[in-house]
Amino acid sequence: MDKKYFFVWEPEKLKQNQMYNAFSKVINEKNLQEKAEVIKSLFLGLTADTPVVKIMPEGNIYKGFAESDVETIIDNALNGKTSKFTCECGNKNSKVPEADPQSKQFKIVLRNAGYINPESIEDYIMRGGYSAVEKAVFSMTPDSLIAEVKASGLRGRGGAGFPTGLKWELTRREKDPVKYVICNADEGDPGAYMDRSIMEGDPHNLIEGMILGGYAIGSSQGFIYIRAEYPLAIERLEKALTAAREKGLLGKNILGSDFSFDIELRWGAGAFVCGEETALIASVEGKRGNPRPRPPFPSVSGLWNKPTFINNVETWANIPVIVEKGGAWFATIGTEKSKGTKVFAVTGKVKNPGLVEVPMGTTIREIVFDICGGINNGKKYKAVQTGGPSGGVIPEKFLDMQVDYETLQSIGSIMGSGGLIVMDEDDCMVDVNKFYLQFSVDESCGKCAPCRIGGKQILEILEKITKGNGEEKDVEKIKSIAMAMQKASLCALGQTTPNPVMSSLMYFEDEYMQHIKGKKCSTGKCKDLVSYTIISDKCIGCGLCAQRCPVTCISGEKRKPYLIDQSKCIKCGECYAVCKFNAVSRG
Amino acid sequence: MAISGKVVELDSKLVSFIDTWKGRPGSEIMILHKVQEVYGYVPREVAMEISREIGIPLAKIYGIITFYHLFKLKKPGKNQISVCMGTACYLKGGNDLITEIEQLLGVGVNSTSSDGLFSLELVRCVGCCGLAPVMVINGKTYGNLKKNMLPEIFAEYRNKEEGKANG
Repeated sequence: MDKKYFFVWEPEKLKQNQMYNAFSKVINEKNLQEKAEVIKSLFLGLTADTPVVKIMPEGNIYKGFAESDVETIIDNALNGKTSKFTCECGNKNSKVPEADPQSKQFKIVLRNAGYINPESIEDYIMRGGYSAVEKAVFSMTPDSLIAEVKASGLRGRGGAGFPTGLKWELTRREKDPVKYVICNADEGDPGAYMDRSIMEGDPHNLIEGMILGGYAIGSSQGFIYIRAEYPLAIERLEKALTAAREKGLLGKNILGSDFSFDIELRWGAGAFVCGEETALIASVEGKRGNPRPRPPFPSVSGLWNKPTFINNVETWANIPVIVEKGGAWFATIGTEKSKGTKVFAVTGKVKNPGLVEVPMGTTIREIVFDICGGINNGKKYKAVQTGGPSGGVIPEKFLDMQVDYETLQSIGSIMGSGGLIVMDEDDCMVDVNKFYLQFSVDESCGKCAPCRIGGKQILEILEKITKGNGEEKDVEKIKSIAMAMQKASLCALGQTTPNPVMSSLMYFEDEYMQHIKGKKCSTGKCKDLVSYTIISDKCIGCGLCAQRCPVTCISGEKRKPYLIDQSKCIKCGECYAVCKFNAVSRG
Repeated sequence: MAISGKVVELDSKLVSFIDTWKGRPGSEIMILHKVQEVYGYVPREVAMEISREIGIPLAKIYGIITFYHLFKLKKPGKNQISVCMGTACYLKGGNDLITEIEQLLGVGVNSTSSDGLFSLELVRCVGCCGLAPVMVINGKTYGNLKKNMLPEIFAEYRNKEEGKANG
């Protein structure tokens, strides 16, 4: 009989390891070590407030059980029966790695995450891991490997979408005997955690991709530039690298061939601009992460002035599958110009936030409504934001548009690294863009004037608008500063800083005008533009608002209309949220 | 110019770390991370000693420290509170959490409370967007936070501290 694996996940706020210990206790007490193994999982691809267990190889997921139920769950699993604690959210995506029409997901990059013990190289190998390295090293030339990647149509998943195979070829052509490969794991885009999940859930996948990249361009040294904010990912990668070295998959003469390659980790230290490749290279060299003008491109002169190529984590994670199944297979997935799948971190005002991996060309409606359950609390969809501080918004009218690099660009957003933030009617576009601008201004390295000064100027105008001092000419001013930044900034950070505000102006200009001309913010997010009043006709005098008011500025008698003292009100909106009779008006 | 002459005795863990990294290209940031792990921040005399050890001008070292957000020049509080300011947390009320923490602990962003118990900082996305809004204290993550959950959480850390003082 197959061994059963119990992947136990527990929310961080609960007592750690309680369920994990319960599972191991039962297994040890009943001497089931041969048949059952419990594994601590930090990621099952879903979020919940109670412990979750996923049983492999069946893929059944249970939640809502107590410690006393653990024994039954184990017995049932070993006897091929299911238990009653089924969790519907997870069952859908339990089959890998092929397309699952029911869930609309298709897992290539995340094929192993949550299904294997990420700290065990054996688990990865058991699922076909490292067979691509074996195949490449013994039966493919570097050129045929590059040809395979080119045939796959894979494009960089970091945002810009440059064809990966072409980038490899350009680096291979360079004559210098010393070349480097780098993995950009500095996932700095707020609201995005795809790369983190790959590194924590399936670190060997990334390592295997990099080994193949090293073989293709003729490099013997790779670096993973990883965020210091991801301690678990760092720990798992370190362990994975050691395990791979022990198995002869890294180091001198890999698998006995004459190809040698090793990987080192380098930590970032919290600088968004280091996602830009020339800045990243400076940071790996241990310096300040300032970008430099291109050309020369890193493929000609990169790390320590040697030919270098950089791919992001998700791009690397696609490589082993492409090598194993062939570029032609990969090219059957996706749209004409965007092949394969894309992982999105869906967050914000959505019912089931989490990671989804879908074929390119899936619509926003399918992602947000079919896979992630739609908008939370019955609110109305307003927009999704892709590409973070470099991206833009997608309004309702484009819900049925197929997502790929070109279509997103054509409507003023970008694919970005995969953050997909859902906004509802309560989110103010001006406020959200102020947030993104603040981010980009903080993160500007200050080297070139258009980015350093331009970002600050747009931010100040937005602040002025949200304070109620906006003028009509401000919109024109924003547009002209944005153009200067796009044309004159040194690197992508400055060039894309105006994107969120420009894209929201394209679709939500009336909301800006409402702030500027009407001095109103209908969502209540811009506190200087909102006031709360009680509609006396609707108020039944229950007094709940007065109880909730943190500054006790609501007064009145029971069963008579209450009153808000405007001079004391801090505009927190508690009264508006708590009133069951819609008797508090916001405007 | 790199510093000459010994400035301060370094922690032994740090010394052995420097020995393994010295001479390897691009080691500066890794060494500074280790300094911060050992001391909680980068004290000036340690930065001077590092400059001497690895032969890099102090100005270059300060250039690196001040460029990156994670490196601190001031000693943080005993308990470090980081409130996530990623987009999902922002949309779900991260700002309100900060105002509440500032009021509860009498501490401003990037500063330490007068009793030295807490320091508060904002961080860019800890990657737990599904749990937004999120706060991290000493590496422990608190998700799906509401304002009214904060006093209890802080009391826990206060009690721990008092327990230490009394025991």
